[in-house]
Amino acid sequence: MADHKPGFFTRWFCSTNHKDIGTLYILFSIFAGIIGGAFSMYMRMELQDPGVQFMTNEDGSPNGQMWNVFITAHGLIMVFFVVMPGLIGGFGNWFVPLMIGAPDMAFPRLNNISFWLIIPAFLLLIASALVDIGAGTGWTIYPPLSAKLGHPGMSVDMAIFALHLAGASSILGAANFITTILNMRVPGMTLHKMPLFVWSMLVTSFLLVLAVPVLGGAITMLLTDRNFGTTFFNPEGGGDPILFQHLFWFFGHPEVYIMILPAFGIVSHIISTFSRKPIFGYLAMAYAMVAIGFVGFIVWAHHMYTTGISVNTLTYFTVATLIIAVPTGVKIFSWLATMWGGSIIYKTPMLWAIGFIFLFTVGGVTGVVLANAGMDVVLHDTYYVVAHFHYVLSLGAVFILFAGWYYWIGKMSGRMYPEFLGKVHFWMTFIGVNLTFFPQHFLGLAGMPRRYIDYPAPLLPEGLDWWGRTQFMFNEAWMQLHSWATGAVYESTITWGYHGWNFVSSMGAYLAGGSVILFIVIVFWTLFFGRKASDNYWDVEDKIMTLEWTISSPPPFHQFEIQPKVK
Amino acid sequence: MANAQDGYAGSWQLNLQTPASPLQAEIYDFHTMLLWITGIIVVFVTALLAYAVVKFRRKKGVEPANFAHNTLIEVIWTIVPIVVLIIIAIPSLKLLYLEDRIPEPELTIKTTGYQWYWGYEYMDYDGLEFMSYPIADEDIDESKGQKRLLSTDNPVVVPVDTNIQILVAAADVIHAFALPAAGVKKDAVPGQLNETWMRIDRPGVYYGQCSEICGTGHSYMPIEIHAVSKEEFDAWTRKQGAKLKPKAIAEDK
Ligand SMILES: [Cu+2]
Repeated sequence: MADHKPGFFTRWFCSTNHKDIGTLYILFSIFAGIIGGAFSMYMRMELQDPGVQFMTNEDGSPNGQMWNVFITAHGLIMVFFVVMPGLIGGFGNWFVPLMIGAPDMAFPRLNNISFWLIIPAFLLLIASALVDIGAGTGWTIYPPLSAKLGHPGMSVDMAIFALHLAGASSILGAANFITTILNMRVPGMTLHKMPLFVWSMLVTSFLLVLAVPVLGGAITMLLTDRNFGTTFFNPEGGGDPILFQHLFWFFGHPEVYIMILPAFGIVSHIISTFSRKPIFGYLAMAYAMVAIGFVGFIVWAHHMYTTGISVNTLTYFTVATLIIAVPTGVKIFSWLATMWGGSIIYKTPMLWAIGFIFLFTVGGVTGVVLANAGMDVVLHDTYYVVAHFHYVLSLGAVFILFAGWYYWIGKMSGRMYPEFLGKVHFWMTFIGVNLTFFPQHFLGLAGMPRRYIDYPAPLLPEGLDWWGRTQFMFNEAWMQLHSWATGAVYESTITWGYHGWNFVSSMGAYLAGGSVILFIVIVFWTLFFGRKASDNYWDVEDKIMTLEWTISSPPPFHQFEIQPKVK
Repeated sequence: MANAQDGYAGSWQLNLQTPASPLQAEIYDFHTMLLWITGIIVVFVTALLAYAVVKFRRKKGVEPANFAHNTLIEVIWTIVPIVVLIIIAIPSLKLLYLEDRIPEPELTIKTTGYQWYWGYEYMDYDGLEFMSYPIADEDIDESKGQKRLLSTDNPVVVPVDTNIQILVAAADVIHAFALPAAGVKKDAVPGQLNETWMRIDRPGVYYGQCSEICGTGHSYMPIEIHAVSKEEFDAWTRKQGAKLKPKAIAEDK
């Protein structure tokens, strides 16, 4: 069977092949992840110590706008240009057709444009940070801060266009997935026999086509408010800023499930494969995702508990939000039950998947805490929220980005990753992100607001450089720990404020940042020196086999020229 | 390890700020309950996970089980979480209605968020309104107990043991008025007048910070509240040259 691969330019720039487009998405996701991650490193450096050391104007005064531009860019990049392209565009494109036995996606050219819309979207977003004062609105772009009043100049307009393009890309991609999944499964693969990753992509795609247009509408109204004198969100013309928040979160809440559902699907396969057991409660797992997707559309105002909406509305949104814990619990317990009685081997993808279960549980229970409008009043817009959503996204979705990469890289590239380095990567990341985000719960409980360039705390002695400050705080942390463990008296100069846990958080971030460098090394190592991968390199057994393990690694340019059969 | 402070965060603090109001005391207790429930859930799931990880390691000659269903256990892990959620929801909703509004306010203060400072208006008094700006780092006088990024040039003075209605407004973009020790946070939204309340139960200095991103100076618009005895509060209003409005007018708000 000869492959007729097109030439380099045609193959990668005019690609209509789902595997090549998936590869482009994954490469782009890694690239954007490095940029978005670098932003967060710089922010953690700034927050390591009180006072503003790095993000200053020329006269040395704090540049609060620069800070806001950083948090905005970090959020938008991670959501729209890392997690979504990685999990949906990358793994979705690669493995939905393979798992359902289809030769390609339903609309290969649409697939091409979906990817190539992402690039100008990303460029527009980066450029928006560089023109005028940058878009320092937070990823939520609430007016009037995002209106002309708060952001004259064109940076917010450019950010809006960036979201328009990224949104169009997602909607087209989702339409493609829905069509592919509903029409191109091999004969015999009924919906109730479909692999869970395909289920997760189907639900995700429906969420995308229902939610993203609402965002598109909201930001278009914002655009006309900004440029054409409409007043949808401007009270001076009878508009309402809160309307924007309703529209934004009607998109924004499903969006968090759009990011996590594909991860749910991947986790199920990894746990089943490495436990050598079928997925426990397959149908419950599939319909739990449908339930999460559905309930995800009717809980949006839990992001708006302090906006002044009426107490009866708060009651509804509290109860509805709490209900999400039920299908989520079903998923967690079913993964545990899949491991139960299994024959588990701890390869790198399995480590990431187990790490995911633990971290998602932690992020899940803080979600239950935040769901209570009465509780949220002291936690809203504090670091507690930052900790919560990084536990479910940065430690949930991103863990599964890595898990999926290690699980499938042999299939995608034909080469195996280095097992030992993969495990080192996992443990560095696991320790790093927990050090980064767990202390943020304490900061939030103590009341530290989010999106702050500087926080209340006594300044360190003057004249210390970064290394001097770091040593000072290591000593402080050590002495505190020592006095706590032994009861020895320690008279600290830092008696109040948010310095302590911010320092620990920054140290954790540096460790997690270092693990990204290791990951880049692993990527190149794998592609150049990795040993050849066999067709079914995890020895997935027949009873739990998905179709991608029945073909070569890497798969032929066009697979399934003879239609496979499903029992 | 956690230095307890009153009215602001202690270094290495692990929990919510010390309650300075009956409302925050309720929130504190509710959070303690949630902490127990969520803590038990995390420990339980982690224990199951750890047990599975150790017990079901791949061993030579041991074949994996093949089950994929167990109706009883699936029903249990659906029903038990529902019961737990009901246990959470009941006190949660009680707390929510308690927070909502105070039926008989004894004092009303309107606060307005500006880029980047807060304005205060005592609605029951004539001529009692002022702006409250942060104190620059270089002007902070620690001997007076001032705290960088928290202290203001014009603290809000309020009487203790008084039901205080707080009206929250905004002049430009959205801000949020927050006072963690009193369990207060409400968005200040242009074109909208929000309402919340507090009742501070002991004299002291309590701090808050703007809690909705509002532009360049978002980190620099603190809230400083001095709670004093009712007599001291009356003396302070007289010193400010403020006159109590006739009660009828005050009640007509
Ligand atoms: Cu503000």
